[in-house]
Amino acid sequence: MSRLYTQDHEWIDVAAKGSGAEATVGITDYAQGQLGDVVFVDLPDAGRAVTKGGEAAVVESVKAASDVYAPVSGTVTESNPALADDPSLVNSAPEGDGWFFKLTLSDASELDGLMDKAAYDAFVASL
Amino acid sequence: MAMNDVGRPTRLVAGTGAVAETFTGNRALMLEEPLLFERGSLDTSGVDLPPVPPVPDRLGGLARDGVIGLPGFSEPEAVRHYTRLSRQNYAIDLGIFPLGSCTMKHNPRLNEKMARLPGFADIHPLQPQSTVQGALELIDVLADWLMKLTGMPAVAMSPKAGAHGELCGMLAIRAALDARGDERRVVLVPESAHGTNPATAAFCGFTVENIPANARGRVDLDALLARLGPDVAAVMITNPNTCGLFEPDLKTIADAVHAAGGYVYCDGANFNAIVGRVRPGDLGVDAMHINLHKTFSTPHGGGGPGSGPVVLSAALAPFAPIPFVRKTANGLELVEEDTAATHAADSFGRMVAFHGQMGMFVRALAYMMSHGADGLRQVAEDAVLNANYVLASLKDLYTAPFADSGPCMHEALFSDDFLDGTGLTTLDLAKALIDEGFHPMTMYFPLVVHGAMLVEPTETESKANLDQLIGAMRHVATQMLADPDAWRAAPHFAPRRRLDETLAARRPVLGYKDEAA
Repeated sequence: MSRLYTQDHEWIDVAAKGSGAEATVGITDYAQGQLGDVVFVDLPDAGRAVTKGGEAAVVESVKAASDVYAPVSGTVTESNPALADDPSLVNSAPEGDGWFFKLTLSDASELDGLMDKAAYDAFVASL
Repeated sequence: MAMNDVGRPTRLVAGTGAVAETFTGNRALMLEEPLLFERGSLDTSGVDLPPVPPVPDRLGGLARDGVIGLPGFSEPEAVRHYTRLSRQNYAIDLGIFPLGSCTMKHNPRLNEKMARLPGFADIHPLQPQSTVQGALELIDVLADWLMKLTGMPAVAMSPKAGAHGELCGMLAIRAALDARGDERRVVLVPESAHGTNPATAAFCGFTVENIPANARGRVDLDALLARLGPDVAAVMITNPNTCGLFEPDLKTIADAVHAAGGYVYCDGANFNAIVGRVRPGDLGVDAMHINLHKTFSTPHGGGGPGSGPVVLSAALAPFAPIPFVRKTANGLELVEEDTAATHAADSFGRMVAFHGQMGMFVRALAYMMSHGADGLRQVAEDAVLNANYVLASLKDLYTAPFADSGPCMHEALFSDDFLDGTGLTTLDLAKALIDEGFHPMTMYFPLVVHGAMLVEPTETESKANLDQLIGAMRHVATQMLADPDAWRAAPHFAPRRRLDETLAARRPVLGYKDEAA
């Protein structure tokens, strides 16, 4: 399983390459640090079609509400039920238990434009 | 921690130099005050009313059968409750209120006196028009001032506040497009525009696209021009923008938008910075709202009400909302119907039940007439001068991201980059300013700079007042850089100290004490 990153600070885990594969999406540790204490997360319902770069979820912290974009196009299969009760998971485990939603990829080639961990770390360091 | 009889902490935290433990929880003239529900008794009442006579029940089974539970108080108890609470508040009548983007200027008492004249205060919107000719004339005269100050041929007086004015302007644009059968639906909104702009456009059925800001905090002209095309309905631009900067390319932008068949909406919330100096009509604006409650000093900050008349270009004027005041041979009339008979058939309709915020109209006109044309010009000049004085006095210590691109307009923008490495942020600095006795500046807005601090001193503050604010801001920043740990728990002297905003948002307690458990 490989983890890829966007310039908008989402991460995506892809189980296998290829259209129809399932992937998990969340926001990065850097993103949660910038947001501050997360108080609410609005997640997409299963079955919703999302497009790469389009708005898929909303995360609200004491500072601001921010859109979370879909790293790739696909159909949402599940959203993280734990976040409704405990949005602080986004702060404590952004790249683990604080995942946002899962989707099936409609176009695996969209993964090609995303960054690997080394590239993302370099990107964050440049900010 | 010590508690008083309603369970509130009364001890100042160690490190502040004082530990106050009193029987009452009061600290000299700083009085504790519980909620009404925590201290009132259901058995007492402040007034002695006769028993309610029997009345026929017309509620059809919906009548309340339980106890409401409203506490009872004697009159002095009720008066003291609210007076005590008001002493824990901060108000423009207590000191400078440097809240950027809000224009918390002094409200002249003359305006209040005029608004209370019985001929304005005691009339009813449904009175026969022949009996309120004076009030209609006031609306007409104010409208004339607004058109003169903006260089625009028409104005819709009824919108009730800034965002409502935006809605009015965008509905007029939508109506104009519909009238010519034009399907274009994209609205371009620069990053430097007010946050309500994209919300308004979306509400009117448009698709919003962002235009980036350039390194100087202004609209990226090339990006905007490149995006124009036959699908662009309008551009919404705030001038001066949310960074407190003038958009010098507005005329170029407006000409290009018009050439591409679109309209220009200008967010005029910051008109106080340019009133008497710049006429938006000369810059090619098609619609712009004016916040009477900011630019012309109505009781803003007391919770309103607001008033947001919208000036319109000749192209949009026919679509203005009803009702509006019109001169006839027999005096002034309020046009209430959007029909051919009233020559208002193109109007997009009605936004409010009546004609607008009469009380705000009176205050705004009193403000204009007491200042005169030269005085209004000086309002803008002094507002800009004061903001630049703040910017120049702080930019060696605070990070001023756009200071190199020239003077600001009516507000000075700083970021918290200068606190890097201390672990402190804009929030900590704002809390420290509370200890100094100031309402903090606007924080974390606009979003285009990190940890934004937006200071709008307004023209009504003297140099001595500004020097005090600047002195406090320099003191706080210097101390925070020297000894960061001392400032993580500020404010130390406020009636309530640092509140747990996260817990309040995650687990809000919305009831009073008895219900909260």
